[in-house]
Amino acid sequence: MTATLTRPVLPTALVEGLDDPEADGAVKTKEILIICESGDLERTWATTILATSAAASNVKVSIFFTFWGFFPLVRPERRITGENWMQKMLSFMNRPGIDHLKLSRMNFMGMGPWMMKKLAKHYGVAEPGELLGMAQALGVRLIPCQMSMDMMGFKREDLIDGLEEPVGGATVIEMIANGATPLFI
Amino acid sequence: MTVTTPVAKTVDARGLSCPLPIVKTALAIKELASGDLIEVLATDPGSTKDFTAWTKSTGNELVESSVDGAVYRYLLRKK
Repeated sequence: MTATLTRPVLPTALVEGLDDPEADGAVKTKEILIICESGDLERTWATTILATSAAASNVKVSIFFTFWGFFPLVRPERRITGENWMQKMLSFMNRPGIDHLKLSRMNFMGMGPWMMKKLAKHYGVAEPGELLGMAQALGVRLIPCQMSMDMMGFKREDLIDGLEEPVGGATVIEMIANGATPLFI
Repeated sequence: MTVTTPVAKTVDARGLSCPLPIVKTALAIKELASGDLIEVLATDPGSTKDFTAWTKSTGNELVESSVDGAVYRYLLRKK
């Protein structure tokens, strides 16, 4: 049994007005919106770890994928995406897919991520790709940014399954204005 | 506390790091009915605090928490 602290007994009317952290559902964040912006391996890792942890704790979670952070939504087997040479060059230089992310520091032409994933495997840490799948299984909503998708030339068939409809900034702001706690990662 | 209900499910999270013990438990508990018991085995030292926090956020009950060598065992009852 978990230990419970002895509290003075107060009349119900008084107790109801208090911010009791022990009370079920009281003063807790119930919705989180993660803005996945960087596309870096370590930050996408943080995004997927927090998203799965929150969803496992019955917190409603949405992740908005934008700019460099849009690349993890592309199917890892896609190599070159885009319509014109600039978009194609972009995917050539910055390989899309959650399995191909780079570290923002100590990347060393891919040696860094390779070693990091080797360490992760040794210590039983799930990779961002596995965590994203678990996030979906836990009901996390994955929302693509329409602007990033258009500008970088990604098509719907380039992206993984189970995504929400792409939206823009106004939808993100509306979610925050309505009480979702934003995390910009 | 005497436990009379049999354990409905065991989650083996030994060797797994954060957030897998919690995530695997949350996925497993979905398939259980209210009042069912679930047993979790873990080796992550952070899991003790994590499971206490998790029961607070989800309302599930931590019935028992014990350590046997390097293995932590949690017995939880679904809300």
